[in-house]
Amino acid sequence: MAMNGGVTWRRTEKIDGFNFSPTDTTEEVHVLAVDDSLVDRKVIERLLRISSCKVTAVDSGIRALQFLGLDEEKNNDGFNDLKVDLIITDYCMPGMTGYELLKKVKESSVFREIPVVIMSSENVLARIDRCLEEGAEDFIVKPVKLSDVKRIKDYTTREFRAVEGEEKERSRKGINKRKLRDSFDDLSPSPPSILFPSPSPSPSPTPPQSQSPSPSPASTPSSPSPLDSPTRRLKMTISE
Amino acid sequence: MLGLAADRLRADTNRLLAFLFHQGILDEQFLQLQQLEDETSPNFVSEVVNIYFHESEKLLRNLRSLLMDKEFSDYNKMGIHLNQFMGSSSSIGAKRIRNVCVAFRAASEQNNRAGCLRALELLEHEYCFLKNKLHELFQIQQQRALAAAVRYPMQN
Repeated sequence: MAMNGGVTWRRTEKIDGFNFSPTDTTEEVHVLAVDDSLVDRKVIERLLRISSCKVTAVDSGIRALQFLGLDEEKNNDGFNDLKVDLIITDYCMPGMTGYELLKKVKESSVFREIPVVIMSSENVLARIDRCLEEGAEDFIVKPVKLSDVKRIKDYTTREFRAVEGEEKERSRKGINKRKLRDSFDDLSPSPPSILFPSPSPSPSPTPPQSQSPSPSPASTPSSPSPLDSPTRRLKMTISE
Repeated sequence: MLGLAADRLRADTNRLLAFLFHQGILDEQFLQLQQLEDETSPNFVSEVVNIYFHESEKLLRNLRSLLMDKEFSDYNKMGIHLNQFMGSSSSIGAKRIRNVCVAFRAASEQNNRAGCLRALELLEHEYCFLKNKLHELFQIQQQRALAAAVRYPMQN
């Protein structure tokens, strides 16, 4: 990330359509990532860092609560002085599951506004439903891709942009969840994260900074284009 | 001469990757990991893969010692190890290994010990094969980096 005088520039600078207030441009999105698998932690950490997020990665729900200050040791409800903007957690973890963590977060008056995203290697509709009903923002079937991270980052900027109106956000959330259910029923080609892996933005081997801009907030999750079929991507990458 | 060596190394990389993808040993998630490498994190893929190797070998040892135990009955515990192995394999794009884990888990859910043993043998074989191939890939990439450094020495 380049520092230029007193101004800090995000790595993914080409985010058209976004009008950040001064505080937003100088503060990175802070994501708390929870996963018991070290491999997955490394991957999600890298995906988030490359998307210009500050990352805190922990290996359990308990540690996540400790980090937030929500653990049982203290009786108070914690205080979001760490400014966590998004929590992304694995579902299947020993001890406290991601679902239990989700519930604890949503029960807290201080932290319930933080969007929580669940990841799982299993595509189980009952599990997805349960998480969404408990207030999860999204449910991603692993493996997590860059396009998934770009999408969930939107959830945080949307929170910041309260002026856009809660209505728009509610309708978008409604659309997302409906789309997820409908798509499961219809097996439609447009890919919510739970059915098909989201297409990665650019198939070319150029460095990540020059990848395509993240979608504008009003748009629905990106649909696959012919460019993004796995075979095409493979061919393009190999013939570098 | 150095130019030819670099071309040959690049061709070797492409050929090896094409083979691994064509055989279904790796899938597009591996490409996704490659896209996450840049000058600030130039060895990301080999770092993650080495963590994967380390964890996988632990899991394989655990699975083998569970199944070798004459008194073995804890299919639940085996399922937990398998889920971990499946998850990390899919995260790095190790498609064939992941698929063997799925079959292994099915045998485990049926308490089919013989089936589990067969699956474990297959898993160990697939794992060895993948490890060798990826080591080969990383070696080629190291050679390419060296060749590039010689051709384009860093200016101070």
